[in-house]
Amino acid sequence: MSEPKPGRFWGSEAAAGLGLISPTAIYAILLLAAPLAFVIIASVLTDGYLQIIPKFQLCNYFGECASYKAGADGTLVETQKYLGAWSDPVLFSVMMRSLFVSILVTVATVALAYPMAYFISFNVAPARKGIWLFLITIPFWTSYVIRVFMWNAILGFSGVINSLLIGLNLIDKPLDMTFSIQAMVITLAHSFAPFAILPIYVALEKIDRSFLEAGQDLGENRFTTFLRVTLPLSMPGVVAAVLIVFIPTIGDYVTPKLVGGAKFPMIANVIEILMLKGDNKPLGSAIAVSAMVIVGLISVLFLFLNRRYLRGPK
Amino acid sequence: MRISGLKLYAIVFLIFLYAPIVLLPMFAFNNSTVVSFPLKGFTTQWFQNVWNDADLWQAVRNSLLVACTSSVLATSFAIFAARASTRYNFPGKGGLMGLIMLPMVLPDMIMAMALLVVLLGLGVQLSLVTVIMGHILICTPFAVAILSSAFQSLDKSLEEAAYDLGEGPISTFYLVILPLVTPGIISSLLISFTISLDEFVVSNFLGSKDKLLSVYIFGQLRFPKSVPTIMALGAVLVALSIVLLALAEYFRRRGIAKTGAKDTGGFL
Amino acid sequence: MTSETSNVAKPDMIEFKDVHKYYGDYHALRGITATIRAGEFFSLLGPSGCGKTTLLRTIAGFEGISSGVVLIDGKDAAKIPANQRPTNMVFQSYAIFPHLTVEENVGFGLRKDPRSKDDKAKAVAEALAMVGLAGYGKRAAHALSGGQRQRVALARALILKPKVLLLDEPLSALDKKMREQMQVELIRLQRQVGITFILVTHDQEEALVMSDRIAVMFEGQIAQLDDPETLYRRPKSRTVANFIGTMNFLPAKILSESGGKVDVESQGFGRLTLDAEAQVTGEPTATGASIGFRPETLTLLFDGQTAPDRESMATVDEVVYYGDMTYYDVRIDGTEQPMRLSMRNVFGRPVLDIGTRTRVGWSPGALVLFR
Repeated sequence: MSEPKPGRFWGSEAAAGLGLISPTAIYAILLLAAPLAFVIIASVLTDGYLQIIPKFQLCNYFGECASYKAGADGTLVETQKYLGAWSDPVLFSVMMRSLFVSILVTVATVALAYPMAYFISFNVAPARKGIWLFLITIPFWTSYVIRVFMWNAILGFSGVINSLLIGLNLIDKPLDMTFSIQAMVITLAHSFAPFAILPIYVALEKIDRSFLEAGQDLGENRFTTFLRVTLPLSMPGVVAAVLIVFIPTIGDYVTPKLVGGAKFPMIANVIEILMLKGDNKPLGSAIAVSAMVIVGLISVLFLFLNRRYLRGPK
Repeated sequence: MRISGLKLYAIVFLIFLYAPIVLLPMFAFNNSTVVSFPLKGFTTQWFQNVWNDADLWQAVRNSLLVACTSSVLATSFAIFAARASTRYNFPGKGGLMGLIMLPMVLPDMIMAMALLVVLLGLGVQLSLVTVIMGHILICTPFAVAILSSAFQSLDKSLEEAAYDLGEGPISTFYLVILPLVTPGIISSLLISFTISLDEFVVSNFLGSKDKLLSVYIFGQLRFPKSVPTIMALGAVLVALSIVLLALAEYFRRRGIAKTGAKDTGGFL
Repeated sequence: MTSETSNVAKPDMIEFKDVHKYYGDYHALRGITATIRAGEFFSLLGPSGCGKTTLLRTIAGFEGISSGVVLIDGKDAAKIPANQRPTNMVFQSYAIFPHLTVEENVGFGLRKDPRSKDDKAKAVAEALAMVGLAGYGKRAAHALSGGQRQRVALARALILKPKVLLLDEPLSALDKKMREQMQVELIRLQRQVGITFILVTHDQEEALVMSDRIAVMFEGQIAQLDDPETLYRRPKSRTVANFIGTMNFLPAKILSESGGKVDVESQGFGRLTLDAEAQVTGEPTATGASIGFRPETLTLLFDGQTAPDRESMATVDEVVYYGDMTYYDVRIDGTEQPMRLSMRNVFGRPVLDIGTRTRVGWSPGALVLFR
């Protein structure tokens, strides 16, 4: 803030705001926006040996591509052929698997989170809501890698669940639950639970309780009031929860490694291989961009389908 | 209070949430090299291993250095952004704030790889500095969220009142604004510190041979014989996190109480 | 800084000369020209969005102006930053610093005061005593009630002995009882310190009760600037008349004007001769002239009572009982619209039922003709 000019106390608001945000904004532009833009550009360029050749092509997405290496006389020599992200059956299946896992995780997380958020908002005394929210956030902040790994100890052959079930004589042989899609879904749903609960809780808290009384006053029972009043009014929270779970999940790296037992690589694991060991940055970039586009399109579609719940006063 | 179906559900849900971290101390004190049931007996051997592991201590030192630096810098960046967004209207505000908050949802792998490719392209050597650069990006959105609510509860007329009573912009900032947002700043520092300490993907890919704690843990989990030691380490980390979070929550609430505003709930 | 004593010559304290203010395309102040005298209790009255708060904030220095001049005590305000103006403000939200105690709040503006610590503490105690909060100094600010916050805000502003005290809707957050009590206290306080008080309010009753003069504002302009009685008795336009209290209107036709007299023919009241100087106001409008009168100038006549001046027959259309008063809507024979009439409920006077035929008394001297 500079010394205000007499008479024009607040100066130019736009200038003051832009000036104030500029350190943070410049940092984000240089270290976030620019690298992301670079990835987008790299995804339509040509792969060279330990470098990117600035030659435009779309085959990193569709069709067949070739990698090159500079020859002795400086000309480019083709080293190997590969298929684009959407043409290669393996890469395509990884993307679809990631999408499938993300959707499963999102549905499971949000469906499990809603009753919890509802409970805290409607059934917990106001003075104790804070402590409940605190209880829910604690696991989220504690040692992510170890927390993910622990699910092996829970779901494993001699893990908690199998020990419990055998101890109760419900099963004879331990169930095989680790290194599976289900195990990944459970682990991810656990990781993102607080992210889903909080926005739904905030949306539920905003609902004027007299709307619910009005619903019952107009002849609905508690369940139909929930369906016709509470649920639609809490949809902005549900939408936020869906997006905040769905988008990061598709790029998760740790869970497929630790819980999927590397049998079910997801987008992040493939990007790692292509970008580092595989040295094909254009293809890796194309997959990263494809992931962002898939996520973006589905998010926009989801927002569009729920637009009627998101209108009105903010 | 009678146990309704919903309350029962909530309790089961809490068990689900806490299962991994409740099991940590059980295995940490379990006298067995295998992390499985039934438990074998009590030992503090794994904690001794933690204590005696020189690599681990180096990783702890690296992590502390990175977490302290990142939390201070992220909170500083967030003060500018939160103040600008709560106080002023300016062109491009939505886009810039969206970009600053983007790492909250952007898969961290994509962010880490994008940054990595650019840094390598520019010939930057990976080091703790590059890790800090990434951690700042990740911590800033959370810090902005906390500080925005702190600045939001500041009534603009409080500043005007200070001017009206003869103070200038600088004295107004330290006499009125700073005392009122200090709890928010402390809470933001603690949360950023916790996030940085816990962060794995960026630490792994932007890091060098100087490993951070999360990267060290991830590496050790490949070796079954190291796992019990990691359990002991995890138990210690959980305890520390809870203390840090309780502190952060305490300061956040004190800030709200001080300005007389209404508590709107958690950190996010 | 000595404060002027009232009743002596009252020089100008604030002067607005053709003040305009734009927010982007929005024209918030549209040529304000007015003078506020030293030592008067002045009110800016108008509906929300009329520019009254903006005008007040141009005096405080929180709002710049696009063109024109604001003079404070003869000096161009544009050259004085907000924190050096001889004005202090009581904010609508009171803006009590929540992290400070009551006495730290009141003493906030004394930081650069060269007086000793003890003298300052004494000044704070005196200021608190003046607003009736003696002994509250050590309390935490956020533990105060609305009325107490208001008093702290007053003490905090007055301790700096400003030439002008600016009050931005200071009573709007209080309940009715508390508001009425604070109105009286503010009047007393203003007489005691003798400085200029400028009050922004949307409550016409509050403005009438408290002010020496009132500027009624609509859409960024001052519609009328007068003392409360003139404003009430002879509003300059129908808009002002409708904003301040209730005014009945009857269509009328001007027959002739000569020698300071105006002959009019009005529905219900018939042919009248009014005094051009005292009883004619307003600018000609498309809807034509009308006769205006306040509810209390029309009286119900009960059995045996005779009108002091004129009387007409009317039918009761609606009755609204207020305890001390009863409001009637009556239809005077020969008129189309019901007229509002107010009667004090003195002991023994009946409240009439809807549909009752009654006589109403009125006086041509109490009527106003809007051209």
